Formats: sequence, C-alpha cells, structure tokens
Amino acid sequence: MNAAHLPQPAEIVERIRESDNIFTLKLRFADAAYQANYCYAPGQFNMVYLPAVGEVPISLSSDPEDDHLAHTIRVAGRVTRGLAELKSGDSLGLRGPYGRAWPLASALGKDVVVVTGGLGCAPVLAVIHYVLRRRSAFRRLVVIQGVKHGHDLIWAAAYAAWAQQPDCQILVAADAADALWPWHVGSAIPLIEQAQFDPAHAVAMLCGPEGMMVAAARALAARGLDESAIHLSLERNMQCAVGLCGHCQLGGHFICRDGPVFAYPEVKLLLERGGL
Amino acid sequence: MSVPVYLPRPQLQQLFDVLIGYGYRIIGPVARDGAISYDEIVSASALPWGIRVRQEAGVCRLQTASDERGFAWANGPQAIKPLVFAPLEPLWRMSRRGANFEVEAVKAEERPTAVLGVRACDLAALALQDRHFLGGAHVDAHYAARREGLLLVAVNCTHPAPTCFCASTGDGPQAASGFDLALTELDDGYTVSAGSQVGEGLLSHLALLPATPSQLAGVQQALHHAAAVQTRKLPGSNLHDVLLARLDHPRWQEVAERCLACGNCTAVCPTCFCHAETEQATLDAGSSTHRREWDSCFGERHGYIHGKQLRPATLQRYRQWLTHKLATWHEQYGRSGCVGCGRCIAWCPTGIDITEEAAALCAPQP
Repeated sequence: MNAAHLPQPAEIVERIRESDNIFTLKLRFADAAYQANYCYAPGQFNMVYLPAVGEVPISLSSDPEDDHLAHTIRVAGRVTRGLAELKSGDSLGLRGPYGRAWPLASALGKDVVVVTGGLGCAPVLAVIHYVLRRRSAFRRLVVIQGVKHGHDLIWAAAYAAWAQQPDCQILVAADAADALWPWHVGSAIPLIEQAQFDPAHAVAMLCGPEGMMVAAARALAARGLDESAIHLSLERNMQCAVGLCGHCQLGGHFICRDGPVFAYPEVKLLLERGGL
Repeated sequence: MSVPVYLPRPQLQQLFDVLIGYGYRIIGPVARDGAISYDEIVSASALPWGIRVRQEAGVCRLQTASDERGFAWANGPQAIKPLVFAPLEPLWRMSRRGANFEVEAVKAEERPTAVLGVRACDLAALALQDRHFLGGAHVDAHYAARREGLLLVAVNCTHPAPTCFCASTGDGPQAASGFDLALTELDDGYTVSAGSQVGEGLLSHLALLPATPSQLAGVQQALHHAAAVQTRKLPGSNLHDVLLARLDHPRWQEVAERCLACGNCTAVCPTCFCHAETEQATLDAGSSTHRREWDSCFGERHGYIHGKQLRPATLQRYRQWLTHKLATWHEQYGRSGCVGCGRCIAWCPTGIDITEEAAALCAPQP
C-alpha cells in the first residue's frame, strides 16, 4: 500500500448536528503541509477511517477553497455510528480524494439544474455552494429536491435562503408532509416540468436513489436536455477506492475509479435495467 | 524462446538444487488432502509421481497409475493466485498515541519464489491478474512485491481433465509466454525451453542433452492430443453482447435453483480478484490491523451498502459472476476473464458447468 493510500490523521474542527442521524464534520489534516497540498473537486470522495473500526466512502461537501474539509454523514452502519460519537478535537483518518468529480468546468456559463432525492444529498450540496459562491460564472441555478417526508428535509432554512437569490429556482417536494409544509406534496419528478432553464445551454447533476435518477433523467430529456449533459453520482460498496477490490462494479465500470460521477449515457442501460 | 533441450528424469533434482542455490523457495505440486496442492518442496521426490486426477463436474479424486510421470494431471484447486494475491494479508497497522493515532504500511513478504509445474491456463490467468493489480493508475504494492520475485517453471499440460477447455479459450494446453522455463513431460524425461534470460541462465547449470527428433515429435503429439481430447468449450471467445442482451433469460433462474451461492467457484477461479477490507482490532481498540481477504460476489457482504443488498437473490449473484467473467471483463481488460481451467466446474458442490450455462444462455433463440 503506497503512502498516498494510507489514512492520514485529521482533526475534527467542528461537529454540526444536521438532524437526528445526519451530522457534518469539519476537518483539518494534522499535518499542515499535507493539508496545504490536498486538492479536490466537488463530487470526489474520501475513505473516512474510524481508527480500529473501519472505513466508509463519503463525498466531500466542502468547497475546494475552504481552509478545511467537510463530510456530511448519515448514520447507516457500524462505522458511521461510531463517527457520529466523535466530538470536536477528536481524530479520524482520511485517504483520498478519489473518483471523478462533477463536470463543473463544462457547466461554466450555463444553467445548472440539480436534482436530488433522499436525505440531504451532500455530493450536490457541494455543487450548490460552488455555484452560489461563483455566481457570475454560471447562469440560472435550479435545485429540485425530493424527500419522503417533510421532516426529512435538512437545511430547510438554506433552501428558503437560496430561493431568494437572483436567478435561483428552488423546488422541493415531500411524498408526505405536515400541514405547515410550504412546498409541494408528492413526487419531485413532475416538478422538473416547472424548472426554468435553457435546455440548449444547461447541465444537470443528479444524486439520489437510482430509480429516482432514472426518472429525473427521462424527465429532463423530455424537456429537451441532451442526455450527455445529464450527470449523476452513483453509490456502491467501495472498500479500496482504487478500482481493485471489485465491490463497486456496475457492468464494466469500477464506480470508485470510473465514477462516482458519470455522464448519463455511460450508465443509462445499466440503471434502466436495474438489479445488476 | 530457446531451442528445446532434454533433461532426463533422474536429473530433475538438478533443477531444484540450482533454484535453491540461487535462493529461491520452490513451490510445486504435491498430492495432499485428496487433490493436487502447491506447497513448498525441496526435492523432486515430493512431486506427485504416478498420480492421476479424475475431475468431472463436482468431482475431484486422486488415482494412482503405474508409470513414472509426475505431471500427468491437469490442475488442483489453486496454483499461482494465492502466491501473488494473498488470501489474507495486512495492509496497514494503526496505533493510538494518546488522543492521536499513527498508521503504518505493512510491507508484503518479498522472498524470491520459484513455482514449478505451472500450467498454461494459470499463466494466462496470471497475465490477467497482472493487468488488474499492476496495469492501472494504481499499482498494488503488495501484489507487485510478490510478483517481482516470482520465477515460473511451466510444465505443459499433457493430461487435461474432462473439465478442461483451455483449447477453446486459446490459453492452453501449451504455455506460449510468461514463463522462465517450460517443460514437457515424456516417459523418461522432459524437453525444456527457456522463455526468459533468467531461464536461459538456469539452463546453463543443468546437465542437458540435445532433444532428439523423436522426443520433439512426442511432445508435439502429446500437446496436440491434449487439445484434441477436450470436449468442453465456450460458445465463442467474446460473449459480451449476447450475454448482456439476455439478462432476463429463464436459464438464470434454473441455474440459481442449483447454485448454493457458496463461492467455491470464485475461490478456485485463478482470475477472480474481489477482496474485502476488514479491520481487526485489539480488545482495547488501542491498535488494529487493516487487512484484505478474498471475497466473493456470491457472499452477503459483496453487494451490501448501508443496510441493503444490491443483489439479494442467488440469480443476481450468479448472473453478476458469469456476466463479469465472460462479458464485462472485455470492457475492463480487453478479453474474457475465463482461461478454461475448469476449476469452477470440478469444485462446484452441485456440479454447475460454466460451459453448459454459457451454451444455454447463448443458444440461438427461436
């Protein structure tokens, strides 16, 4: 194992509670020189190492120009449950960054359409922040977010704030919600019809359950967006993160190395087929 | 490749002595636990003299013959793969230092190893594993360390099993490349040729005779026969398109009803590369070892992701294995992942036959 592929100790600068089972860790490498040389792009991921327990692949949710890194993590298994117990000042390990990033360069000067489903989608959160920080480099920003229940929506205040920004459109839907839910009730996919963007000059970035992404890609294509302008981030059981362990294969792709971000045509048939 | 020369059987020990003199440990075939195993040996006497192996679907039995041959069998459950891609090995060690911790890489053992009795199918499989572990942007240091110290003495296969189909995949029975020395066994000795400079160097230490025309003719006849007797075959060298077009074929369900999802096929397959990474901690969690171990796409943890199984059904797992091996390998490495060794057929507890399944799945549809 090369030194570059060993977990590097990092200190938790801040722990932010996002919901009952979602938290964000702001991190800085213990080695200042390593921190200074560490470069990544939104869409890439780290293997986050809880010493003596194990590693999990988690996408970077911070901005590459921040002086720290951030991972937003949902408690799902043994490692993430342990990570949730850590406090500010504690140490964990990081190795990365790995994988192919979002094609933000190809989105410059274009409308950016983000479609996300499920509980707070960290990979596209990085995109939203990236675009808002460099507002003049992009045209419209459309965010379409679907959740199962209204109380699953984390960052509700942030969504409301983004909606007030110029050239931003925020469309949120919950399959079920309480009476005071201000957004749409039902599937998020039909909201794509309301999205205001120029299909000839737009890039879409999708993250969420695979069935939802396939439905969103179809709806975006029906709006006239070329399928090659639709990108999505896939999730698999990545253990080595360098295309060797074989767990993240989808068809001939090693998702850790060839993805996790794919142009839709690269994986369309595999995702439409499902169960592979 | 050098001009073949001849090593009389009584001189085979010389090869052992030369290799040991150069500092190699020798891994060679022995008859053990009812099968051919590759183990450390120091003497030619340890070879499986007079042993035959009967292999059929779900069957492997050792038998004895009355001749003097030591390589008159096709293969055993393992050969080179465990020597380069270890079944279980540490990658790094973590030690806590107060509130902090340190991680230190664990280096792989690099002892020079000579493998005697390597088959053509296993050389082809090794070339594929080389491409996987060494050929990409990330070179695996553990595999590389072991691979670098490996000397390969092939013995061409003259006694294929009924489970063998290397002739149909183009990977045997004769070793074409990737070896240092290649031997072919005759009744009273071996024709020998070198495939590398290291091999040439070894030849200079052996009491060799020129190979006679009749010995060379005997070799050609034996290798021709070894290809001709193979009855199993794959229905084509590239099944990518046809298999991926038939993901809903009813045959998947039929084979899934026989498949135990035990993972024997992936364990004996010389090209299967999947491995799991696990953490083994001391009781106080003060230190731990991060390890990798062979994993199988038939197992519960392979397709597991945050609480759910991507491939819960045996049908999906068998389909993943077969379509990876015979279809998507072409996308990854430019050829099929099957070298025709037939191990998955012999070592399947229910005798599932990859050639039979591939033929059924690829048969012309009405």
